[in-house]
Amino acid sequence: MSERPHVSIQDLSVHYPLGRSLFTKALTVHAIDHVSLDIPRGSFFGLVGESGSGKTTLGRAILKAAPITDGHIAYVDGEVDYDVAGLSKTDLKDYRRRAQLIFQDPYAALSPRMTVRDIIAEPLEVMGLTTSRGETDERVREIAAKCRLNLEHLRRFPHAFSGGQRQRISIARALVCEPKFLVADESVAALDVSIQADILNLLKSLQRDLDITFLFISHDLSVVAHTCDHVAVMYLGSIVESAPTRELFRNPTHPYTKALLSAIPSLDPDDRGGRQRLEGEIPSPANIPPGCRFHTRCPVAEERCRSEEPAWREGSEEHFTACHLAWPD
Amino acid sequence: MATPLISVQDLTVQFRTDEGLVTAVDGVNFEIGAGEVLGLVGESGSGKSVTAKSLMQLNGGNTLYGEESRIRFQDDENDIDVLSLRKPKDLVPVRGGLVSMIFQEPMASFAPAITIGDQMVEQLRLHTNMNKAEAKEHAIEMLAKVGISDAARRFGQYAFEFSGGMRQRAMIAMALSTQPKLLIADEPTTALDVTIQAQVLDLMRDLVAEFGMAILFITHDLGVIAQTADRVAVMYLGKTVETGTVHEVIRRPAHPYTSGLLNALPKLEALDEPLTAVPGDIPSPLDRPSGCVFHTRCPKVVPGICDSRMPTPTSLDGGQQAACFALEAGL
Repeated sequence: MSERPHVSIQDLSVHYPLGRSLFTKALTVHAIDHVSLDIPRGSFFGLVGESGSGKTTLGRAILKAAPITDGHIAYVDGEVDYDVAGLSKTDLKDYRRRAQLIFQDPYAALSPRMTVRDIIAEPLEVMGLTTSRGETDERVREIAAKCRLNLEHLRRFPHAFSGGQRQRISIARALVCEPKFLVADESVAALDVSIQADILNLLKSLQRDLDITFLFISHDLSVVAHTCDHVAVMYLGSIVESAPTRELFRNPTHPYTKALLSAIPSLDPDDRGGRQRLEGEIPSPANIPPGCRFHTRCPVAEERCRSEEPAWREGSEEHFTACHLAWPD
Repeated sequence: MATPLISVQDLTVQFRTDEGLVTAVDGVNFEIGAGEVLGLVGESGSGKSVTAKSLMQLNGGNTLYGEESRIRFQDDENDIDVLSLRKPKDLVPVRGGLVSMIFQEPMASFAPAITIGDQMVEQLRLHTNMNKAEAKEHAIEMLAKVGISDAARRFGQYAFEFSGGMRQRAMIAMALSTQPKLLIADEPTTALDVTIQAQVLDLMRDLVAEFGMAILFITHDLGVIAQTADRVAVMYLGKTVETGTVHEVIRRPAHPYTSGLLNALPKLEALDEPLTAVPGDIPSPLDRPSGCVFHTRCPKVVPGICDSRMPTPTSLDGGQQAACFALEAGL
């Protein structure tokens, strides 16, 4: 691979200080701890994990919407080359156009007092990307058509739309300023399965047509399996496994990935229970276990897992795992 | 079949709103036997929650139940026609006694300023003749039973001190503490992570085996249904379009809507198959389609028939039923 990755994250940490009282020690929430990740250009990159694993924070840090405590994020899209942590004010404005976010809840993300046309046009107007109203309208109509919204829809207010239509409006709004990189944070989690498939197909076709790199954040492994080319699994602020989708689902090596896979409810009524279940819940990010952070719930943990942090190792091509027991020699 | 625990006949629920009369549920029939788990599946807006709430008359003050609608509870001690009960006092034995409900969002279902324990005790004192000490002991026992460690300490804590999975466990403990005959579970795992969902589903299966109560399990996730239900009813826009055992409905879906839901589901075994969405959106209940309610999105629609007449349920092998003209015509 000679081409530089679209987004390259190196040793990124995001920590939040928690308030302290007179008698307690100051605590720090380790939302992201030393994460390194490359997102290749034009990929549909999946990020999975439970709530509290830090996947949203990672997405936000890339968009410079979360404070970066330590580490570097390089953004390279062929036209510009930014160091996200140290963006100047003018560069940040440009970066905001290039990197956009689609939110989870289409009911909360759209202003009820604006027409759909105004909602989609707002980024253009705020960033001053168009010079006349006519041009703005032109761009809005163009992107609305791509997201399968018709002219009639543009005059109405969001309350008149169903969940799936609203999500298409959010997508149109994120795409109108022609971004190169999109973070889709649980963008189908709030939708019914019947609509979810429609939005996933739309995102895939938009990615192909508009040549966008996607970071697709989801807790649903089956959705990720169907849409993404490459998947990274997060647990408690760090990435535990990363591989091309097929490889990951065929050959999961981290016990956490295996547990996530076995937790998906099977469609086969005869295949009930009896499978490996993960005990307990994700520990607090303010109090991360020593050694391998997964050892408290890991069914195969050994003595060294409790004290020694596992290294990030490549077992087969592009398949990385952070586990002492993966990839035996 | 023995007398079912609960039988719902021709349930029609309408709401008076500023925009006119909205039909949420239209002629729904089902029965649940003692110890049976019925899964109710459908998109948002299909009327599954309204149906469930009708079993306890929990819908708002603007609700109109159909003249012919009957909801009947029958067991050794009781024979109650729920919809005929008018006074809130008369409903007390049903709400939280015979029937308990667990909700999707456990944070919203616990009072934030009262400890979990006090809420459990209050319910037990209302529905059983336990005294305070007995109720406390029973509540702690229930918390331990649903897998909450250190239950005696947890008893004195507030909902915000529990994690999401634990709140749902506490909710289940509370719902089961009065030994209801029917448990209504309204999307109980939708707000949980898959790993926690798997734990909660395992727990519910164990508890059904232990307590033997019937469950009405509402969800939009067919995977969850496959894991929990004995029988399934698929709802669309206030109508049950298909019913049958879980094996039949999932392996041999008869109604185009059921097949649509199954095809839209991403499957790990078949990553190469494209996802097929059910085209279009569920219509507004204010603007219900004429004829078969599903005809606006149906891939098998026959113009002139489906949009003008209402299909009646056709019985198939093994008790499976589906309401579709394609089946009536034997296609």
